[in-house]
Amino acid sequence: MSTSAMPEKVGAITPVKSDAFGLRHYLICLKGIVLREGLRFLHQRERFISSLVRPLVWLFIFAAGFRQVLGVSIIPPYKTYVLYEVYITPGLCGMILLFSGMQSSLSMVYDREMGNMRILLVSPFPRWYLLVSKMLAGVSVSIAQVYAFLIVAWFWGVKAPPLGYLFVLPALFLSGMMLCALGMLLSSMIKQLENFAGIMNFVIFPGYFASPALYPLWRIQEASPLLYKLCLANPFTYAVELIRFAFYGQVAWVALGVVAGCTLLFLGGAIIAYDPSRGLITRKQGTGGNG
Amino acid sequence: MQHARTGKTGNGAAALDVAGVSHSYGPKRALNDVSFSIAPATFTALLGLNGAGKTTLFSLISHLYDTRQGSIRIFGHDVSRASSEALRRVGIVFQARTLDLDLSVYQNLSYHASLHGIGRHEARQRIAALIETVDMKGRQHDKARSLSGGQMRRIEIARALLHRPSLLLLDEATVGLDIQSRAGILATIRKLVETEGIGVLWATHLIDEVDDGDHVVVLRQGDLVAKGKVADVVKASGAASIRDAFSKLSRGEAAADAEISP
Repeated sequence: MSTSAMPEKVGAITPVKSDAFGLRHYLICLKGIVLREGLRFLHQRERFISSLVRPLVWLFIFAAGFRQVLGVSIIPPYKTYVLYEVYITPGLCGMILLFSGMQSSLSMVYDREMGNMRILLVSPFPRWYLLVSKMLAGVSVSIAQVYAFLIVAWFWGVKAPPLGYLFVLPALFLSGMMLCALGMLLSSMIKQLENFAGIMNFVIFPGYFASPALYPLWRIQEASPLLYKLCLANPFTYAVELIRFAFYGQVAWVALGVVAGCTLLFLGGAIIAYDPSRGLITRKQGTGGNG
Repeated sequence: MQHARTGKTGNGAAALDVAGVSHSYGPKRALNDVSFSIAPATFTALLGLNGAGKTTLFSLISHLYDTRQGSIRIFGHDVSRASSEALRRVGIVFQARTLDLDLSVYQNLSYHASLHGIGRHEARQRIAALIETVDMKGRQHDKARSLSGGQMRRIEIARALLHRPSLLLLDEATVGLDIQSRAGILATIRKLVETEGIGVLWATHLIDEVDDGDHVVVLRQGDLVAKGKVADVVKASGAASIRDAFSKLSRGEAAADAEISP
């Protein structure tokens, strides 16, 4: 069928272009997305409290209990013996980023189910830019949580070199980007919010425990060479090491390369997955309407 | 209301031109070779029962899904190839509620403004004007959660108009609302067509929302079974009224016989 509901025949189509978006418009868009994520975070006080309480429980209770059990030998970047609390602090920063990254994945699935996601996806800005902006927004919130944790840890007596708090910022940013990109990629594969429990079981817990967040890898190598290899294949391992070295003003180059590479890989996957012409979303999702 | 159109809508281009569009979810065909166009400053009702393909069509027009068969143009801009140009001209009210309940009305609208590159100062002025247009003055700082269904819809309409689109798509915008709210929203939209020259595609299965002067496009199980002015569709389907015509078309009794030439 190709008749028209128009009252009169439409002439030759000569589309007129609007003024292209400039840098200012792109920045307005980014600012809006970051602001919205921040506002949502502030409005969800339980989320803020739980994000802070989780690592603090590990620091105050777990670390105190295991201080005598798990001895940490002198390994780089440490030049002396360090308390167990000091050892696990970079891992706990990584844990905040990991949970936050997955939380942003959860929020994207929720937004998709609730329909909010559509408002983002029908914006005239390029889809990749919207997703990167969304990721930057998630990372900004994650980093704020990490610093809130570090302030409490400082009062608890767990202190890094003063400049370490500055040096760690780029490491937190890059690690946060990798984990948010992973969360975004996973969110494209999850059809319903209920499936998110699988992320907890298959991504967060294995990712966290098969890493040097809680114990040095040499200890794992002694216990199980196979598990050691799994730890080496875990991107989160490198995020933790990047953060750990950054606290002491050092760059773990291998970790930096792996984290940067994984960020690009996961982000590329997420952009493809959310691309309407190629993505999983088109194939997996219903329209959400009756019609 | 300050809602001046930009005027950059294309010389002689249809507000919306859907040509030979088909779409499937796996083996399930949702739309089958659908073609129609709507002119600027007209109200067109997209009629169809649940499952007719209205929401799929909206998802394709808004580029949530890519158009794999056929083409969709908004004021001459292909949605697949020039999605940015096309999406800048269209405002959308989805069937599902899309307000962020944790944010205030202002914050919801301001977020949308930023997604269209509208700066804070400009956005504040537009929001104030649109809040009045949709009769929600004084509610800017209320949480979206505290609004009724009808009020949420009004805010969603204000949001869809914030970037001054020339084409407005509304997918079952009055579903679940009481009669008074439905009538109010419909009146607001019709007024926008008259005063602002916006082209409207209004998807519904509620036939009493269609006026005699409207254009209609009727979908049935993914097929376009009729399109044209109400009077022409009624005549071609051999019915006494648009209600009867829709009933016949939806049952497949009149089918493509109701096809009307422009």
